Amino acid sequence: MNIEEFKKSLQPTIRELRFTLKRVRKSPLSLAGMVILAFFAAIAILAPVLAPPTSTDPYQMPHTGWNPIPSPPSPEHPFGTTYQQYDIYYGCIWGTRTAFRIGVYVVGAALLIGITLGSIAGFYGGLIDEILMRLTDIIYAFPGLILAMAFVVALGRGLDNVLLALILVGWPTYARVTRGEVMRVREEDFVEAAKAIGCSNFRILLRHILPNAIYPVLIMASLDIGGIVLTAAALSFLGLGSGPSYADWGQLVANSRDYITGSYGNTLAYWHAFTIPSIFIFTFVLGWNLLGDAFRDILDPTIRRR
Amino acid sequence: MGGLRSYILRRLLLMIPVLIGVSLLIFAVTQMFTPEQRAAAFIRGEPKNPNVVKQIIKKYHLDAPVYVQYYYWLTRLLHGDLGISRSAHIPVTQAILQAAPATIELVMFAIPITILLGIYLGVLSAVHRDTIIDHLTRVWAIIGWSLPTFWLALLLIALFYGYLGWLPPGRLDPQIELFATSSSFVKYTGIYWIDGLLNGHPEVTLNSFKHLILPVITLVIISIALIIRVMRSSMLEALNKGYIVLARAKGLPLKIVINKHARRNALIPVVTVSGVLAAGMLCGVVITETCFNYMGLGYFAAHAAMQLDIPGVLGFALFVGIVFVIANLIVDVMYAYIDPRIRLG
Repeated sequence: MNIEEFKKSLQPTIRELRFTLKRVRKSPLSLAGMVILAFFAAIAILAPVLAPPTSTDPYQMPHTGWNPIPSPPSPEHPFGTTYQQYDIYYGCIWGTRTAFRIGVYVVGAALLIGITLGSIAGFYGGLIDEILMRLTDIIYAFPGLILAMAFVVALGRGLDNVLLALILVGWPTYARVTRGEVMRVREEDFVEAAKAIGCSNFRILLRHILPNAIYPVLIMASLDIGGIVLTAAALSFLGLGSGPSYADWGQLVANSRDYITGSYGNTLAYWHAFTIPSIFIFTFVLGWNLLGDAFRDILDPTIRRR
Repeated sequence: MGGLRSYILRRLLLMIPVLIGVSLLIFAVTQMFTPEQRAAAFIRGEPKNPNVVKQIIKKYHLDAPVYVQYYYWLTRLLHGDLGISRSAHIPVTQAILQAAPATIELVMFAIPITILLGIYLGVLSAVHRDTIIDHLTRVWAIIGWSLPTFWLALLLIALFYGYLGWLPPGRLDPQIELFATSSSFVKYTGIYWIDGLLNGHPEVTLNSFKHLILPVITLVIISIALIIRVMRSSMLEALNKGYIVLARAKGLPLKIVINKHARRNALIPVVTVSGVLAAGMLCGVVITETCFNYMGLGYFAAHAAMQLDIPGVLGFALFVGIVFVIANLIVDVMYAYIDPRIRLG
């Protein structure tokens, strides 16, 4: 095949890609999502400038004193402090890095496991496929947050264990999608051709099938980051995170759990302590979901061109 | 209906391996602990004598080979023995049974409201596609989907309880709760608003409604996005079908075409996602009940997790797993009942 022919064969793919990008550009919701995520990426990159770390571990929030009562925003603490005087501004800024880390680690690891197992199951079928699908059935038999909660309690508190639990709960979805795609591509003519010229199974799977099967699961997974950060925040809120001093949005809310309503006469005294970190969580997740919602509409073939 | 009966039978048989798998998964988690840690599930309070722990390990075969342990563990499970919860200070099974009516009370309002309102808004959004109604509905759905449950709950508490003083947390006001837990109030169901009516005390019913408003609103806002989304896209698909054009062409009014022709067919996917909805509710309940001090299953689970009460959390997870498998079975059967293509296919 010469280059001209190759370009020609790519044309429908490129046309579809252009169409998708055009739809993304035209959708105000997805643009809003992108702006939000760019904003958070900037915060994460600039964290050392925005909130200079005071100790060797930048994720340890500085705190002044052990006073359990949250204090309101002041020039020193622009967002106020939580219980035990942890600085909310510092926690929110460095928490952005934590949020990206949670999302990228969990999605990355779950994808790696899901794609590996899913493609093996889809390609070989038979007993391996059967065992794997029954395994995913079992994990699907639990609502995600609750199974993750059980795993964290078994593994012990801490953000690393929260991540591990979310990976264990998250991979089956990606395995199933990959399996389905691999089974579809496996029937294509070019796979038959690759077999005929004597390619090894490994090579066929890696070079011929996966590149054609992997995109739906990649897009789907990257848009799951918002939901994963939300679940991780819920687990931190339940006291399963890395402890009160760790810069994590869910942890900041957990720190203020006992200070929801203020004293008599000033009932909204502590609103900032749970609201400001929650706004960070909400906006971050909203950014991903806005992008995800637009993408799902654009990629859904049944409503794509209407 | 012969097709349906054999379909149900097939699904019931398929449920058995999943249930065994569920039990194996939870059992595998228990194996991550030492026999001493596992022995704690059989002791009330702190064990003072190390010999007691040894006796318990021996009595319950906690240091036996794994398959022997699984046998004894499964036997205990089938007898309803999940160990003693350290956070609730009672056996886990008893704690779950005590807490279940409260959660049922919450969910029996939250689920129908979510489904009906979600269908209504989804249809509205699809029929008025790309208008301001559609945009507002979708933005609202995405916001609800992105809100941290705890923030919504805490905001509602701060506003309606802390600031306005209208809607207090908990299941009942303290005085009424004292009366409702006394011996002169018969607990027929454990669901306060029903028991209030059965006992002839409507003030208990009204008070329990007052306490239900905020948690139900929280659960509905969090879960409704899914229904709106599915209903909108399946309605858009249905509106594009040939029979809609035909119905319009023969002069039927738009309202009838939407309600009778499009909406009925568009409802089927909503049935299939109701399993996902149930899962979302069960997770939402954990956070919502914790925030509102509403002593149901979620409250029990969250407090077990906070205190690292291993039998409590694992028992709850197992219980939820079983409930969820059964819920999915019901959804599948409903789906097959509505759509003959499934049971005959």
